[in-house]
Amino acid sequence: MGSDVFEITVNVVKMLLIFLLMVQLVPILVWVERRGSAFIQNRFGPNRVGPLGLTQLLADAVKFLFKEEFVPPSSHALLYYAAPVLALVPGAIAFGGIPLSMPIEIQPFDMFGSHWGPYTFKFQSYDLNIGILFILAISSLGAYALLLAGWGSNNKYSLFGALRASAQMVSYELAMGLSLVGLLMLYQTLNFSQMIELQKGPLHFYFFGRELVVPFLPNWGIFYQPLGFLLFATAAFAETNRLPFDLPEAEGELVAGYHTEYGGLKMLMFYIGEYGHMMVASAVMTTFYFGGYELPFHLSDSLTTAVRGAFTSYNMGNVMAAMALFLVFLLKVLFFLWVFIWVRWTLPRFRYDQLMDLGWKTMLPWALANVLITAFLILVGGGGVL
Amino acid sequence: MILPVLVLALIVATFGTLLVYGASLVGPKKKKTAAKYMPYECGLPGQENKKTNVSIRFYLTAILFIMFDIEILFLYPWAVVYREFVDKGQGAFLFWELFVFIGLFVFGLMWEIKAKALEWD
Repeated sequence: MGSDVFEITVNVVKMLLIFLLMVQLVPILVWVERRGSAFIQNRFGPNRVGPLGLTQLLADAVKFLFKEEFVPPSSHALLYYAAPVLALVPGAIAFGGIPLSMPIEIQPFDMFGSHWGPYTFKFQSYDLNIGILFILAISSLGAYALLLAGWGSNNKYSLFGALRASAQMVSYELAMGLSLVGLLMLYQTLNFSQMIELQKGPLHFYFFGRELVVPFLPNWGIFYQPLGFLLFATAAFAETNRLPFDLPEAEGELVAGYHTEYGGLKMLMFYIGEYGHMMVASAVMTTFYFGGYELPFHLSDSLTTAVRGAFTSYNMGNVMAAMALFLVFLLKVLFFLWVFIWVRWTLPRFRYDQLMDLGWKTMLPWALANVLITAFLILVGGGGVL
Repeated sequence: MILPVLVLALIVATFGTLLVYGASLVGPKKKKTAAKYMPYECGLPGQENKKTNVSIRFYLTAILFIMFDIEILFLYPWAVVYREFVDKGQGAFLFWELFVFIGLFVFGLMWEIKAKALEWD
Protein backbone atom coordinates (compact mmCIF):
# COMPACT_ATOMS: atom_id res chain seq x y z
CA MET A 1 0.00 0.00 0.00
CA GLY A 2 3.00 2.27 0.07
CA SER A 3 6.55 2.59 1.29
CA ASP A 4 6.25 5.43 3.82
CA VAL A 5 3.67 7.21 6.00
CA PHE A 6 2.73 9.81 3.40
CA GLU A 7 2.10 7.29 0.64
CA ILE A 8 0.05 4.97 2.87
CA THR A 9 -2.03 7.88 4.15
CA VAL A 10 -2.73 9.17 0.66
CA ASN A 11 -3.67 5.70 -0.57
CA VAL A 12 -6.11 5.06 2.27
CA VAL A 13 -7.67 8.52 1.98
CA LYS A 14 -7.98 8.04 -1.77
CA MET A 15 -9.74 4.73 -1.20
CA LEU A 16 -12.19 6.34 1.21
CA LEU A 17 -12.84 9.26 -1.13
CA ILE A 18 -13.58 6.99 -4.09
CA PHE A 19 -15.99 4.96 -1.95
CA LEU A 20 -17.68 8.12 -0.66
CA LEU A 21 -17.91 9.47 -4.20
CA MET A 22 -19.80 6.33 -5.12
CA VAL A 23 -22.14 6.59 -2.15
CA GLN A 24 -22.69 10.30 -2.74
CA LEU A 25 -23.57 9.79 -6.38
CA VAL A 26 -26.53 7.63 -5.36
CA PRO A 27 -28.84 10.38 -4.00
CA ILE A 28 -27.99 12.51 -7.03
CA LEU A 29 -28.86 9.62 -9.33
CA VAL A 30 -32.11 9.00 -7.45
CA TRP A 31 -32.95 12.67 -7.99
CA VAL A 32 -32.01 12.44 -11.67
CA GLU A 33 -34.09 9.29 -12.00
CA ARG A 34 -37.17 10.86 -10.42
CA ARG A 35 -36.88 14.17 -12.25
CA GLY A 36 -35.91 12.41 -15.47
CA SER A 37 -38.85 10.03 -15.33
CA ALA A 38 -41.12 12.98 -14.65
CA PHE A 39 -39.63 14.79 -17.65
CA ILE A 40 -40.10 11.74 -19.89
CA GLN A 41 -43.68 11.19 -18.70
CA ASN A 42 -44.61 14.88 -18.86
CA ARG A 43 -44.96 15.30 -15.08
CA PHE A 44 -43.23 17.61 -12.60
CA GLY A 45 -41.54 15.12 -10.28
CA PRO A 46 -40.29 16.16 -6.84
CA ASN A 47 -40.05 19.97 -7.02
CA ARG A 48 -41.17 21.21 -3.57
CA VAL A 49 -38.18 20.66 -1.27
CA GLY A 50 -35.45 23.14 -2.16
CA PRO A 51 -34.53 24.46 -5.61
CA LEU A 52 -35.63 21.97 -8.30
CA GLY A 53 -36.40 19.49 -5.53
CA LEU A 54 -32.70 18.98 -4.95
CA THR A 55 -32.92 18.76 -1.17
CA GLN A 56 -35.62 16.10 -1.49
CA LEU A 57 -32.80 13.56 -1.24
CA LEU A 58 -31.72 14.97 2.10
CA ALA A 59 -35.26 14.81 3.42
CA ASP A 60 -35.55 11.23 2.16
CA ALA A 61 -32.29 10.19 3.82
CA VAL A 62 -33.40 11.63 7.17
CA LYS A 63 -36.76 9.90 6.84
CA PHE A 64 -35.04 6.58 6.08
CA LEU A 65 -32.82 6.98 9.12
CA PHE A 66 -35.69 7.59 11.52
CA LYS A 67 -37.85 4.69 10.39
CA GLU A 68 -38.92 2.08 12.87
CA GLU A 69 -36.57 -0.86 13.19
CA PHE A 70 -38.36 -3.95 11.96
CA VAL A 71 -37.35 -7.60 11.73
CA PRO A 72 -39.92 -10.19 10.73
CA PRO A 73 -39.97 -12.77 13.55
CA SER A 74 -40.03 -15.66 11.09
CA SER A 75 -36.81 -14.48 9.41
CA HIS A 76 -33.27 -15.73 9.91
CA ALA A 77 -32.01 -12.65 11.72
CA LEU A 78 -28.33 -12.99 10.82
CA LEU A 79 -28.97 -13.46 7.10
CA TYR A 80 -31.63 -10.74 7.18
CA TYR A 81 -29.13 -8.23 8.59
CA ALA A 82 -26.13 -9.42 6.58
CA ALA A 83 -27.85 -9.03 3.20
CA PRO A 84 -27.99 -5.20 3.00
CA VAL A 85 -24.37 -4.91 4.17
CA LEU A 86 -23.33 -7.50 1.60
CA ALA A 87 -25.22 -5.60 -1.10
CA LEU A 88 -22.86 -2.65 -0.59
CA VAL A 89 -19.56 -4.50 -0.67
CA PRO A 90 -19.20 -6.00 -4.20
CA GLY A 91 -20.08 -2.78 -6.03
CA ALA A 92 -17.70 -0.72 -3.92
CA ILE A 93 -14.78 -3.15 -4.28
CA ALA A 94 -15.30 -3.52 -8.01
CA PHE A 95 -15.45 0.24 -8.52
CA GLY A 96 -12.11 0.62 -6.75
CA GLY A 97 -10.36 -1.34 -9.49
CA ILE A 98 -11.26 1.03 -12.32
CA PRO A 99 -8.86 3.88 -13.17
CA LEU A 100 -10.76 7.16 -12.88
CA SER A 101 -7.98 9.36 -14.25
CA MET A 102 -4.32 9.34 -15.21
CA PRO A 103 -1.67 8.55 -12.58
CA ILE A 104 -0.35 11.58 -10.69
CA GLU A 105 3.40 12.04 -10.56
CA ILE A 106 4.65 13.90 -7.51
CA GLN A 107 8.16 15.32 -7.43
CA PRO A 108 10.14 15.33 -4.15
CA PHE A 109 9.00 18.05 -1.74
CA ASP A 110 9.57 19.20 1.85
CA MET A 111 6.85 19.00 4.48
CA PHE A 112 6.83 18.81 8.31
CA GLY A 113 10.59 19.29 8.35
CA SER A 114 11.42 16.18 6.35
CA HIS A 115 11.93 15.26 2.73
CA TRP A 116 9.26 13.27 0.85
CA GLY A 117 8.99 11.72 -2.55
CA PRO A 118 9.04 11.12 -5.40
CA TYR A 119 5.72 9.31 -5.74
CA THR A 120 3.34 8.09 -8.41
CA PHE A 121 -0.25 7.86 -7.26
CA LYS A 122 -2.75 5.89 -9.32
CA PHE A 123 -6.16 7.52 -9.57
CA GLN A 124 -7.92 4.34 -8.38
CA SER A 125 -8.08 2.38 -5.16
CA TYR A 126 -5.86 -0.41 -6.47
CA ASP A 127 -4.39 -1.29 -9.85
CA LEU A 128 -4.70 -5.03 -10.37
CA ASN A 129 -3.12 -6.48 -13.50
CA ILE A 130 -6.11 -8.83 -13.93
CA GLY A 131 -8.41 -5.75 -14.03
CA ILE A 132 -11.51 -6.90 -15.85
CA LEU A 133 -11.38 -10.46 -14.52
CA PHE A 134 -11.41 -9.09 -10.98
CA ILE A 135 -14.35 -6.80 -11.72
CA LEU A 136 -16.40 -9.59 -13.31
CA ALA A 137 -15.63 -11.95 -10.42
CA ILE A 138 -16.44 -9.46 -7.68
CA SER A 139 -19.50 -7.82 -9.18
CA SER A 140 -21.26 -11.16 -9.65
CA LEU A 141 -21.00 -11.67 -5.89
CA GLY A 142 -23.90 -9.20 -5.77
CA ALA A 143 -26.21 -12.14 -6.41
CA TYR A 144 -25.41 -13.47 -2.94
CA ALA A 145 -26.81 -10.36 -1.28
CA LEU A 146 -30.12 -10.77 -3.10
CA LEU A 147 -30.22 -14.49 -2.35
CA LEU A 148 -29.50 -13.94 1.34
CA ALA A 149 -32.16 -11.23 1.49
CA GLY A 150 -34.73 -13.49 -0.14
CA TRP A 151 -33.88 -16.53 1.92
CA GLY A 152 -33.40 -14.64 5.18
CA SER A 153 -36.73 -12.79 4.99
CA ASN A 154 -38.62 -16.09 4.92
CA ASN A 155 -41.40 -14.67 2.77
CA LYS A 156 -42.51 -16.28 -0.45
CA TYR A 157 -42.37 -13.05 -2.45
CA SER A 158 -38.83 -12.38 -1.27
CA LEU A 159 -37.77 -15.92 -2.02
CA PHE A 160 -39.22 -15.91 -5.53
CA GLY A 161 -37.67 -12.53 -6.23
CA ALA A 162 -34.28 -13.74 -5.05
CA LEU A 163 -34.48 -16.94 -7.09
CA ARG A 164 -35.46 -15.04 -10.20
CA ALA A 165 -32.66 -12.55 -9.61
CA SER A 166 -30.00 -15.21 -9.20
CA ALA A 167 -31.16 -17.27 -12.20
CA GLN A 168 -31.26 -14.11 -14.32
CA MET A 169 -27.86 -12.92 -13.16
CA VAL A 170 -26.12 -16.22 -13.84
CA SER A 171 -27.76 -16.51 -17.27
CA TYR A 172 -26.58 -13.11 -18.42
CA GLU A 173 -23.18 -13.57 -16.83
CA LEU A 174 -22.34 -15.92 -19.71
CA ALA A 175 -23.15 -13.46 -22.48
CA MET A 176 -21.43 -10.69 -20.52
CA GLY A 177 -18.21 -12.63 -20.13
CA LEU A 178 -18.17 -13.75 -23.76
CA SER A 179 -18.92 -10.32 -25.21
CA LEU A 180 -15.65 -8.99 -23.80
CA VAL A 181 -13.46 -11.76 -25.23
CA GLY A 182 -13.43 -10.24 -28.72
CA LEU A 183 -12.01 -6.98 -27.46
CA LEU A 184 -9.50 -8.73 -25.21
CA MET A 185 -8.05 -10.39 -28.31
CA LEU A 186 -7.37 -6.92 -29.73
CA TYR A 187 -6.10 -5.34 -26.52
CA GLN A 188 -3.98 -8.35 -25.47
CA THR A 189 -4.30 -7.30 -21.85
CA LEU A 190 -6.70 -7.50 -18.93
CA ASN A 191 -5.40 -4.30 -17.33
CA PHE A 192 -7.58 -1.18 -17.66
CA SER A 193 -4.80 1.40 -17.79
CA GLN A 194 -3.13 -0.36 -20.72
CA MET A 195 -6.47 -0.58 -22.54
CA ILE A 196 -6.98 3.16 -22.18
CA GLU A 197 -3.45 3.77 -23.44
CA LEU A 198 -4.27 1.72 -26.56
CA GLN A 199 -7.40 3.74 -27.33
CA LYS A 200 -5.58 7.05 -27.86
CA GLY A 201 -5.47 8.87 -31.20
CA PRO A 202 -7.64 8.54 -34.32
CA LEU A 203 -8.98 5.14 -35.48
CA HIS A 204 -6.07 3.25 -37.03
CA PHE A 205 -5.47 -0.46 -37.58
CA TYR A 206 -3.64 -2.94 -39.78
CA PHE A 207 -5.62 -4.94 -42.27
CA PHE A 208 -3.93 -7.29 -44.76
CA GLY A 209 -0.62 -5.64 -44.01
CA ARG A 210 -1.88 -2.16 -44.87
CA GLU A 211 -2.34 0.55 -42.27
CA LEU A 212 -5.78 2.13 -42.35
CA VAL A 213 -6.43 5.48 -40.68
CA VAL A 214 -9.85 7.03 -40.17
CA PRO A 215 -8.96 10.55 -39.04
CA PHE A 216 -12.46 11.64 -38.01
CA LEU A 217 -13.12 8.76 -35.57
CA PRO A 218 -11.39 8.17 -32.22
CA ASN A 219 -9.58 4.86 -31.68
CA TRP A 220 -12.29 3.53 -29.35
CA GLY A 221 -13.18 -0.09 -28.74
CA ILE A 222 -16.76 0.37 -29.88
CA PHE A 223 -15.63 0.82 -33.50
CA TYR A 224 -13.87 -2.55 -33.36
CA GLN A 225 -16.59 -4.44 -31.51
CA PRO A 226 -20.02 -2.85 -32.06
CA LEU A 227 -21.83 -6.18 -31.56
CA GLY A 228 -19.78 -6.89 -28.46
CA PHE A 229 -20.79 -3.53 -27.01
CA LEU A 230 -24.47 -4.15 -27.71
CA LEU A 231 -24.30 -7.55 -26.00
CA PHE A 232 -22.34 -6.19 -23.06
CA ALA A 233 -24.70 -3.27 -22.54
CA THR A 234 -27.76 -5.55 -22.66
CA ALA A 235 -26.17 -7.99 -20.23
CA ALA A 236 -25.26 -5.08 -17.95
CA PHE A 237 -28.93 -4.08 -17.76
CA ALA A 238 -29.83 -7.66 -16.82
CA GLU A 239 -27.02 -7.92 -14.27
CA THR A 240 -28.09 -4.75 -12.49
CA ASN A 241 -31.76 -5.85 -12.50
CA ARG A 242 -32.87 -2.70 -14.29
CA LEU A 243 -35.85 -2.45 -16.58
CA PRO A 244 -36.53 -4.12 -19.02
CA PHE A 245 -34.96 -6.90 -16.93
CA ASP A 246 -36.31 -6.01 -13.49
CA LEU A 247 -38.23 -9.26 -12.99
CA PRO A 248 -36.81 -9.81 -9.49
CA GLU A 249 -38.93 -6.91 -8.31
CA ALA A 250 -41.79 -7.05 -10.78
CA GLU A 251 -44.29 -5.32 -8.54
CA GLY A 252 -47.37 -6.70 -10.27
CA GLU A 253 -46.36 -10.24 -9.34
CA LEU A 254 -43.88 -10.09 -6.49
CA VAL A 255 -44.73 -6.94 -4.48
CA ALA A 256 -41.12 -5.72 -4.21
CA GLY A 257 -39.18 -8.92 -4.80
CA TYR A 258 -36.25 -9.69 -2.56
CA HIS A 259 -36.60 -6.51 -0.46
CA THR A 260 -40.30 -6.92 0.34
CA GLU A 261 -39.57 -7.27 4.05
CA TYR A 262 -36.99 -4.49 4.18
CA GLY A 263 -37.63 -0.88 5.04
CA GLY A 264 -35.85 2.30 5.99
CA LEU A 265 -32.09 2.43 5.80
CA LYS A 266 -31.75 -1.27 5.01
CA MET A 267 -33.74 -0.82 1.82
CA LEU A 268 -31.69 2.26 0.98
CA MET A 269 -28.58 0.09 1.16
CA PHE A 270 -30.01 -2.24 -1.47
CA TYR A 271 -30.52 0.86 -3.59
CA ILE A 272 -26.93 1.93 -3.05
CA GLY A 273 -25.85 -1.56 -4.08
CA GLU A 274 -27.96 -1.45 -7.24
CA TYR A 275 -26.72 2.00 -8.24
CA GLY A 276 -23.19 0.92 -7.37
CA HIS A 277 -23.49 -1.92 -9.85
CA MET A 278 -24.83 0.50 -12.45
CA MET A 279 -21.80 2.72 -11.87
CA VAL A 280 -19.43 -0.21 -12.23
CA ALA A 281 -21.14 -1.31 -15.44
CA SER A 282 -21.02 2.24 -16.85
CA ALA A 283 -17.38 2.65 -15.86
CA VAL A 284 -16.44 -0.67 -17.50
CA MET A 285 -18.32 0.31 -20.67
CA THR A 286 -16.52 3.66 -20.70
CA THR A 287 -13.12 2.07 -20.18
CA PHE A 288 -13.58 -0.80 -22.60
CA TYR A 289 -15.45 0.85 -25.43
CA PHE A 290 -15.18 4.63 -25.06
CA GLY A 291 -11.57 5.41 -24.27
CA GLY A 292 -11.84 5.68 -20.48
CA TYR A 293 -10.73 9.02 -19.07
CA GLU A 294 -9.06 10.14 -22.31
CA LEU A 295 -10.66 12.65 -24.66
CA PRO A 296 -10.79 11.53 -28.31
CA PHE A 297 -7.75 12.14 -30.58
CA HIS A 298 -5.00 13.96 -28.70
CA LEU A 299 -7.28 16.51 -27.04
CA SER A 300 -6.55 15.18 -23.57
CA ASP A 301 -2.86 15.97 -24.07
CA SER A 302 -3.71 19.59 -24.91
CA LEU A 303 -6.11 19.73 -21.97
CA THR A 304 -3.56 18.48 -19.44
CA THR A 305 -0.88 20.79 -20.85
CA ALA A 306 -3.23 23.77 -20.53
CA VAL A 307 -4.18 22.88 -16.96
CA ARG A 308 -0.55 22.30 -15.98
CA GLY A 309 0.37 25.70 -17.45
CA ALA A 310 -2.15 27.44 -15.20
CA PHE A 311 -0.28 26.36 -12.05
CA THR A 312 3.22 27.40 -11.08
CA SER A 313 3.84 24.35 -8.88
CA TYR A 314 4.61 21.19 -10.86
CA ASN A 315 2.90 18.92 -8.32
CA MET A 316 -0.23 21.06 -8.14
CA GLY A 317 -0.42 21.19 -11.94
CA ASN A 318 -0.23 17.42 -12.11
CA VAL A 319 -2.99 16.96 -9.54
CA MET A 320 -5.24 19.44 -11.34
CA ALA A 321 -4.56 17.89 -14.76
CA ALA A 322 -5.62 14.51 -13.35
CA MET A 323 -8.72 16.18 -11.93
CA ALA A 324 -9.59 17.56 -15.37
CA LEU A 325 -9.37 14.09 -16.90
CA PHE A 326 -11.40 12.73 -13.98
CA LEU A 327 -14.17 15.15 -14.96
CA VAL A 328 -14.05 13.76 -18.50
CA PHE A 329 -14.42 10.24 -17.10
CA LEU A 330 -17.26 11.31 -14.82
CA LEU A 331 -19.13 12.91 -17.71
CA LYS A 332 -18.86 9.73 -19.78
CA VAL A 333 -20.03 7.59 -16.86
CA LEU A 334 -22.92 9.95 -16.12
CA PHE A 335 -24.00 9.70 -19.74
CA PHE A 336 -24.28 5.90 -19.46
CA LEU A 337 -26.07 6.21 -16.14
CA TRP A 338 -28.56 8.50 -17.86
CA VAL A 339 -29.01 5.83 -20.55
CA PHE A 340 -29.85 3.33 -17.79
CA ILE A 341 -32.53 5.70 -16.50
CA TRP A 342 -33.75 6.60 -19.97
CA VAL A 343 -34.24 2.96 -20.96
CA ARG A 344 -36.13 2.27 -17.75
CA TRP A 345 -38.85 4.72 -18.75
CA THR A 346 -38.88 3.65 -22.40
CA LEU A 347 -39.12 -0.15 -22.53
CA PRO A 348 -41.71 -2.42 -20.88
CA ARG A 349 -40.73 -5.45 -18.84
CA PHE A 350 -40.05 -8.89 -20.36
CA ARG A 351 -41.91 -12.06 -19.47
CA TYR A 352 -39.71 -14.53 -17.58
CA ASP A 353 -39.46 -17.16 -20.34
CA GLN A 354 -38.68 -14.41 -22.88
CA LEU A 355 -35.91 -13.18 -20.59
CA MET A 356 -34.33 -16.61 -20.33
CA ASP A 357 -34.70 -17.24 -24.07
CA LEU A 358 -33.00 -13.94 -24.83
CA GLY A 359 -30.10 -14.75 -22.56
CA TRP A 360 -29.47 -18.36 -23.52
CA LYS A 361 -30.77 -18.72 -27.06
CA THR A 362 -30.08 -15.31 -28.56
CA MET A 363 -27.29 -13.48 -26.78
CA LEU A 364 -25.08 -16.49 -26.04
CA PRO A 365 -24.93 -17.71 -29.69
CA TRP A 366 -24.36 -14.16 -30.94
CA ALA A 367 -21.55 -13.66 -28.43
CA LEU A 368 -19.96 -16.95 -29.55
CA ALA A 369 -20.27 -15.88 -33.18
CA ASN A 370 -18.67 -12.56 -32.29
CA VAL A 371 -15.68 -14.32 -30.76
CA LEU A 372 -15.27 -16.62 -33.77
CA ILE A 373 -15.61 -13.84 -36.35
CA THR A 374 -13.16 -11.59 -34.50
CA ALA A 375 -10.64 -14.40 -34.20
CA PHE A 376 -11.01 -15.21 -37.90
CA LEU A 377 -10.56 -11.56 -38.96
CA ILE A 378 -7.46 -11.21 -36.82
CA LEU A 379 -6.07 -14.44 -38.30
CA VAL A 380 -6.57 -13.49 -41.95
CA GLY A 381 -6.23 -9.71 -41.72
CA GLY A 382 -4.04 -9.13 -38.69
CA GLY A 383 -6.39 -6.26 -37.76
CA GLY A 384 -6.53 -4.61 -34.39
CA VAL A 385 -5.58 -1.75 -32.18
CA LEU A 386 -2.00 -0.72 -32.78
CA MET B 1 -1.38 -6.83 -3.97
CA ILE B 2 -4.67 -8.09 -2.52
CA LEU B 3 -4.25 -6.17 0.76
CA PRO B 4 -5.88 -2.90 -0.43
CA VAL B 5 -8.91 -4.89 -1.63
CA LEU B 6 -9.32 -6.47 1.79
CA VAL B 7 -8.88 -3.09 3.50
CA LEU B 8 -11.57 -1.55 1.31
CA ALA B 9 -13.90 -4.53 1.89
CA LEU B 10 -13.42 -4.09 5.63
CA ILE B 11 -14.09 -0.34 5.42
CA VAL B 12 -17.28 -0.83 3.41
CA ALA B 13 -18.55 -3.65 5.61
CA THR B 14 -17.94 -1.54 8.72
CA PHE B 15 -19.72 1.41 7.11
CA GLY B 16 -22.71 -0.79 6.26
CA THR B 17 -22.87 -2.40 9.70
CA LEU B 18 -22.70 1.00 11.39
CA LEU B 19 -25.54 2.29 9.20
CA VAL B 20 -27.79 -0.68 10.03
CA TYR B 21 -26.91 -0.55 13.73
CA GLY B 22 -27.22 3.24 13.92
CA ALA B 23 -30.64 3.23 12.29
CA SER B 24 -31.84 0.64 14.78
CA LEU B 25 -30.78 2.97 17.61
CA VAL B 26 -32.38 6.18 16.31
CA GLY B 27 -35.59 4.70 14.98
CA PRO B 28 -38.78 4.87 17.05
CA LYS B 29 -39.69 1.85 19.14
CA LYS B 30 -43.32 0.88 18.58
CA LYS B 31 -45.64 -1.73 19.94
CA LYS B 32 -45.55 -5.16 18.40
CA THR B 33 -48.87 -6.11 16.88
CA ALA B 34 -49.77 -9.48 15.43
CA ALA B 35 -50.60 -8.04 12.01
CA LYS B 36 -47.33 -6.15 11.74
CA TYR B 37 -45.27 -9.19 12.49
CA MET B 38 -46.85 -11.44 9.88
CA PRO B 39 -44.90 -12.08 6.70
CA TYR B 40 -46.02 -9.64 4.02
CA GLU B 41 -49.12 -10.60 2.09
CA CYS B 42 -51.35 -8.60 -0.24
CA GLY B 43 -54.53 -8.10 1.76
CA LEU B 44 -55.12 -11.80 2.42
CA PRO B 45 -54.63 -13.36 5.84
CA GLY B 46 -50.96 -14.33 5.93
CA GLN B 47 -50.11 -17.96 5.51
CA GLU B 48 -46.87 -18.95 7.07
CA ASN B 49 -45.45 -21.96 5.32
CA LYS B 50 -41.81 -22.61 5.98
CA LYS B 51 -41.57 -25.27 3.30
CA THR B 52 -42.16 -23.38 0.08
CA ASN B 53 -41.66 -25.44 -3.05
CA VAL B 54 -39.74 -23.72 -5.81
CA SER B 55 -39.33 -24.76 -9.41
CA ILE B 56 -36.45 -27.14 -10.12
CA ARG B 57 -35.65 -24.99 -13.17
CA PHE B 58 -33.73 -22.51 -11.04
CA TYR B 59 -31.44 -25.23 -9.78
CA LEU B 60 -30.97 -26.59 -13.30
CA THR B 61 -30.09 -23.14 -14.61
CA ALA B 62 -27.45 -22.77 -11.91
CA ILE B 63 -25.85 -26.11 -12.84
CA LEU B 64 -25.78 -25.24 -16.54
CA PHE B 65 -24.32 -21.86 -15.71
CA ILE B 66 -21.41 -23.35 -13.76
CA MET B 67 -20.45 -25.60 -16.67
CA PHE B 68 -20.64 -22.91 -19.33
CA ASP B 69 -19.03 -20.24 -17.19
CA ILE B 70 -15.96 -22.37 -16.59
CA GLU B 71 -15.66 -22.90 -20.34
CA ILE B 72 -15.85 -19.14 -20.92
CA LEU B 73 -13.23 -18.54 -18.27
CA PHE B 74 -10.81 -20.70 -20.26
CA LEU B 75 -11.24 -18.34 -23.20
CA TYR B 76 -9.76 -15.36 -21.32
CA PRO B 77 -6.10 -16.45 -21.20
CA TRP B 78 -6.50 -17.71 -24.77
CA ALA B 79 -7.80 -14.32 -25.94
CA VAL B 80 -4.96 -12.41 -24.31
CA VAL B 81 -2.17 -14.39 -26.01
CA TYR B 82 -3.94 -14.99 -29.35
CA ARG B 83 -2.43 -12.08 -31.28
CA GLU B 84 1.06 -12.87 -30.09
CA PHE B 85 0.73 -16.26 -31.76
CA VAL B 86 -0.81 -14.71 -34.90
CA ASP B 87 2.17 -12.35 -35.16
CA LYS B 88 4.53 -15.31 -34.82
CA GLY B 89 2.67 -17.18 -37.60
CA GLN B 90 1.14 -19.84 -35.35
CA GLY B 91 -2.30 -18.23 -35.39
CA ALA B 92 -3.97 -20.94 -37.47
CA PHE B 93 -3.29 -23.56 -34.82
CA LEU B 94 -4.80 -21.40 -32.10
CA PHE B 95 -7.75 -20.53 -34.28
CA TRP B 96 -8.60 -24.20 -34.89
CA GLU B 97 -8.22 -24.86 -31.19
CA LEU B 98 -10.84 -22.16 -30.60
CA PHE B 99 -13.00 -23.63 -33.34
CA VAL B 100 -13.02 -27.05 -31.71
CA PHE B 101 -13.59 -25.51 -28.28
CA ILE B 102 -16.53 -23.41 -29.41
CA GLY B 103 -17.81 -26.37 -31.42
CA LEU B 104 -18.03 -28.41 -28.22
CA PHE B 105 -19.63 -25.44 -26.48
CA VAL B 106 -22.24 -25.08 -29.22
CA PHE B 107 -22.85 -28.84 -29.19
CA GLY B 108 -23.58 -28.66 -25.47
CA LEU B 109 -25.89 -25.71 -25.96
CA MET B 110 -27.75 -27.42 -28.80
CA TRP B 111 -28.16 -30.54 -26.70
CA GLU B 112 -29.58 -28.47 -23.86
CA ILE B 113 -32.06 -26.79 -26.16
CA LYS B 114 -33.01 -30.16 -27.64
CA ALA B 115 -33.43 -31.67 -24.17
CA LYS B 116 -35.71 -28.73 -23.31
CA ALA B 117 -33.51 -27.84 -20.36
CA LEU B 118 -33.96 -24.17 -21.14
CA GLU B 119 -37.75 -24.17 -21.47
CA TRP B 120 -39.74 -22.12 -18.97
CA ASP B 121 -43.45 -22.53 -18.67
